[in-house]
Amino acid sequence: MAAVLPASTERDLRLDLFRGVALWLIFLDHIPQNIVNWFTIRNYGFSDATEIFIFISGYTAAFVYGRAMRERGIIIASARVLRRAWQIYVAHIFLFTIFMAEIAYVAATFDNPLYAEEMNILNFLKQPDVTIFQALLLKFKPVNMDVLPLYIVLLLFFPPMLWLLLRQPALALAGSALVYVLAWNFDLNLPAYPNGVWFFNPFAWQLLFVFGAWCALGGAKRLSGVLRSPVVLGIAIAYLLFAFAITLTWYVEPLARFVPGWLSAWMYPIDKTNLDVLRFAHFLALAAVTVRFVPRDWPALRSPYLLPAIRCGQHSLEIFCLGVFLAFAGQFIISEWSGGPLIQIIISLVGILIMVATANLISWYKHMEGRGPTTRAKPPDADLAGGDA
Amino acid sequence: MKLAAVLATLAPLAVCLAGVAMAAPPEQCEVPQSLIGADAALSHVLRSFKTAHRVSISVIGSGSSGLSGPDGTRSAYPARLEDVLKQSLAGADIKVTAHVQSKETTAAMVLALDKILADDKPVLVIWQAGTVDALDGVEPDEFRDSLDAGVDKIQAAGADVILMNMQYSPRTESMFNVSAYADVMRAVAEQHGALLFDRLAVMHYWNDAGAFDLYAATKKYDMARRVHNCIGWALASQIISAARLDATRIQTTE
Repeated sequence: MAAVLPASTERDLRLDLFRGVALWLIFLDHIPQNIVNWFTIRNYGFSDATEIFIFISGYTAAFVYGRAMRERGIIIASARVLRRAWQIYVAHIFLFTIFMAEIAYVAATFDNPLYAEEMNILNFLKQPDVTIFQALLLKFKPVNMDVLPLYIVLLLFFPPMLWLLLRQPALALAGSALVYVLAWNFDLNLPAYPNGVWFFNPFAWQLLFVFGAWCALGGAKRLSGVLRSPVVLGIAIAYLLFAFAITLTWYVEPLARFVPGWLSAWMYPIDKTNLDVLRFAHFLALAAVTVRFVPRDWPALRSPYLLPAIRCGQHSLEIFCLGVFLAFAGQFIISEWSGGPLIQIIISLVGILIMVATANLISWYKHMEGRGPTTRAKPPDADLAGGDA
Repeated sequence: MKLAAVLATLAPLAVCLAGVAMAAPPEQCEVPQSLIGADAALSHVLRSFKTAHRVSISVIGSGSSGLSGPDGTRSAYPARLEDVLKQSLAGADIKVTAHVQSKETTAAMVLALDKILADDKPVLVIWQAGTVDALDGVEPDEFRDSLDAGVDKIQAAGADVILMNMQYSPRTESMFNVSAYADVMRAVAEQHGALLFDRLAVMHYWNDAGAFDLYAATKKYDMARRVHNCIGWALASQIISAARLDATRIQTTE
């Protein structure tokens, strides 16, 4: 069967824009005590920035490596995917080192009998051999460090999936959905250390990644008729409003009584680990509405005001890691100096500024080395055309 | 609606006339009423108080339900709760028995439940859970199953349930994630018509309001004791208002 060509070979700046915004939101959400968090989308619906990030990553991975697979064959394309997975692995271990430093500092300086039980979390410092080994195996993952391991696993299984997507896209998507259903039915997940399972179940989250890849390889074009229908738009908006109303009851306690018992019994828990179908649907609704109101040739995409977010989205691996680090650092500052709302706002803004500055710096480096997005001489680079992260 | 509003305004007055149901807590312990909701009734507590004038409570929990150090047991919140209830419900037979086992997961607590229920014959079980499960990385689904099973057991034994979630611990917040477990506890409480004592939110409020600096590093016990004292007060006020003990009191004295 003939390979399906992507809808367009031009870079879709909307992907970079929304991935950049998702990276900012992930950074903000990773600082627990932060009033700026009230602006992030997880407070207004079921899904959050993680869904956006994984979907766009699947989309761009298919866009870049799909072309490589068609033009240069399965071996070269697979090799490039695996190299990417390796880069992400190294980045993850680097972040882990920083995290260990923070934990070790807290263990050495913080003591309070009130928290005798909570401080047991530091017990793993007594067994650094086991801990570090488990971290290298991606089984030990501190809080907020779950996304990159998910990504690594998704990429490891991506070459065969991409091969299938290029030949039988519908079959590939159905297979992915089947794995998702099996994961739910049989509680499939990868084991974590010291106990339990991965916070982001790869068997469930792969659905979003593969769906993104499917969209990139022509699925989006096939869906465009559906997306233009006012009925679909109506359903999407209605669902977003419903999700907003439900989320409101989480924060305004007295409203919770208006949620009927049968509804909460059916609806809860809305499971993030296994990408609850309500979250997935919420992301789809969000995407449907976004695609409708932000066209591919939206002039604002070229405006300097959106450039900072677009730049961050273009270097997502680096900026993601930086964001995790900045969240550690920001939280550290807040806990050392008991930051009030003003400090939290400053930390949030400075963090985003650092992310933007770094993204620009990376762009400059790549441009200097003749690999910028404007150079069209070379085939698109995985690092740049958004194949990254 | 209007009647309810009028009654609500008159209630404190009536309570005063009836000889004050609840003494004033230390200023530091103040919590907005919305954080210690009384949205589920404690009917067994009310009945036992009305008919036998006694309230027997079992507290089941892990390390954060106790305190080490000199006078640890007497300063921890279960003992403080008992004192406050005794003061507030003078003359009633109040007994709070604490079963505190550090590092105990919720699944292990469920195994110990039968004996506790048989020994204490409580009308109310305050079940503090979640911290150890979060530390050990117990799957939230498993945690939920254990809680479900335990709450069923307690309710079948004829006692009311208050689920108490984790402490707010800003220093360790970035190291292990408690929110998934807190969500489970809220959902389980709601489904079983049990009360939730949202310790996480209450301590968070105290920290933000400046009542306690929970970031502070110290080897001394005084802050820990004061926090437990306040938890005892907050719990007592939740129990009194959810079981409508204050209202009963007015009726019995009139």
